[in-house]
Amino acid sequence: MSYSNKVLDHYENPRNVGKLDDSDANVGTGMVGAPACGDVMRLQIRVNADGVIEDAKFKTYGCGSAIASSSLLTEWVKGRTLDDAAQIRNTEIAQELGLPPVKIHCSVLAEDAIKAAVADVKQKRGLA
Amino acid sequence: MLPIYFDYAATTPVDPRVAKVMMEALTLDGNFGNPASRSHVFGWRAEEAIEQARQHVADLVKCDPREIVWTSGATESDNLAIKGVAHFYQTRGKHIITSKIEHKAVLDSCRQLEREGFEVTWLDPLPNGLITPEAVAAAIRPDTILVSIMHVNNEIGVINDIKAIGAVCREKKVLFHVDAAQSTGKVDIDVEDMNVDLMAFCAHKSYGPKGIGALYVRRKPRVRLEAQMHGGGHERGMRSGTLPTHQIVGMGEAFRIARLEMHEESRRFKALRDRLLDGVKGMEEVYVNGDLEQRVPGNLNISFNYVEGESLIMALKDLAISSGSACTSASLEPSYVLRALGMNDELAHSSLRFSIGRFTTEADIDYAVAKVRDAVSKLRELSPLWDMYKDGVDFSKVKWAAH
Repeated sequence: MSYSNKVLDHYENPRNVGKLDDSDANVGTGMVGAPACGDVMRLQIRVNADGVIEDAKFKTYGCGSAIASSSLLTEWVKGRTLDDAAQIRNTEIAQELGLPPVKIHCSVLAEDAIKAAVADVKQKRGLA
Repeated sequence: MLPIYFDYAATTPVDPRVAKVMMEALTLDGNFGNPASRSHVFGWRAEEAIEQARQHVADLVKCDPREIVWTSGATESDNLAIKGVAHFYQTRGKHIITSKIEHKAVLDSCRQLEREGFEVTWLDPLPNGLITPEAVAAAIRPDTILVSIMHVNNEIGVINDIKAIGAVCREKKVLFHVDAAQSTGKVDIDVEDMNVDLMAFCAHKSYGPKGIGALYVRRKPRVRLEAQMHGGGHERGMRSGTLPTHQIVGMGEAFRIARLEMHEESRRFKALRDRLLDGVKGMEEVYVNGDLEQRVPGNLNISFNYVEGESLIMALKDLAISSGSACTSASLEPSYVLRALGMNDELAHSSLRFSIGRFTTEADIDYAVAKVRDAVSKLRELSPLWDMYKDGVDFSKVKWAAH
């Protein structure tokens, strides 16, 4: 399988790898996937008082496309509002990274991850 | 720069000595004749070369050359053995025994027979990958006509005790077929001593060309087959088709070299394999898949827990290796062999197969060790599962959002 240059770039230089403090009420965590399926993504966002995402971190167990999808997502969500971030669609990720059809599920997982992280922080803040 | 080749279990390069004899059997000034031509010297010379190659194959596995049937490879040999025996002996019974970790050529031939009304027992291997003679004995019924068990497993390299399984089959008067695609030139074979009735071989795992193989078919007591390929009645009617002289002399030369050099080569492979294992086993959560002792020396199948196999292969692009994880579809299926060992899916997804061969050097191994250590460390830094492991999370209690 050959990967696009964008996938290779994110895979070799992943952006925003790391962990945020989940006990912080302004941090939302989305953990999706399962080890048995070969991919698990953990996406975390920290939101400021205005509901804008000011930081995002990820760690991903999965193939290169899964790692690239989550790395790209952390770049995209920074500076967006929660509602805006939850609007990101997997098709945009797949298109940006040039994912082949067999790897579309990686972008779906990334969309699930941001939705889960947004829902988590909203719940913590009593907005959900 | 090309990656370093660590996939000898997938195929081997042709040995230059083999390529030389093959090239001598192609052109007008070479041995190009049709071995079935009886009326001129071109045919006679080709036939002579083929019979000499047949002798080389027979010598490696200790049989009579008249018991060797040329085919296009081990897949065809497995098909011919399994379907050929089943179709010929179906009036005696319609039950076949095999294992869950056979090569696809055996599994799919047996599945086809199931569709035709045969019944197949699929044996589970032990967690170390071996099939016991006791398990085979327990599965034999009055209507069992064939047992098919591989000699060496292609993914994990473990060596079944063919002699013991052969003794069980002989005692119960059931025919015994062995897929030996991965064992020629690696493990001693003696079809007489092992009580084998049929055995499948190919050239390209033993430094011969692709597209040629053979099936051993016992003469005493005689094993009968229904041909799967009909035509000119070549190979005593068991497999029609003009014999490809260049391919056959290539297989013969490859097997001749294997017989002379395999023992010394095995010692060298074992030293290289141990060097590779020593280099990586110091890391945490590293598991060797399959029995380490009863195993061909050139194989190392190893799992790096909490790292996904495909990303690992991507990080190891300078090494030509294969992974037990096939993350190429929406349903991410790990290797059926590793799963049949009872291994959890995470570990199966995290596996790599290194196979060492004739042209592997110590420097190649040292390079691979450094690359693997770097890649595993990098990917574990990226892995949420590694974090959880380090935090002491009990994975069995985590509710995953399976997809």
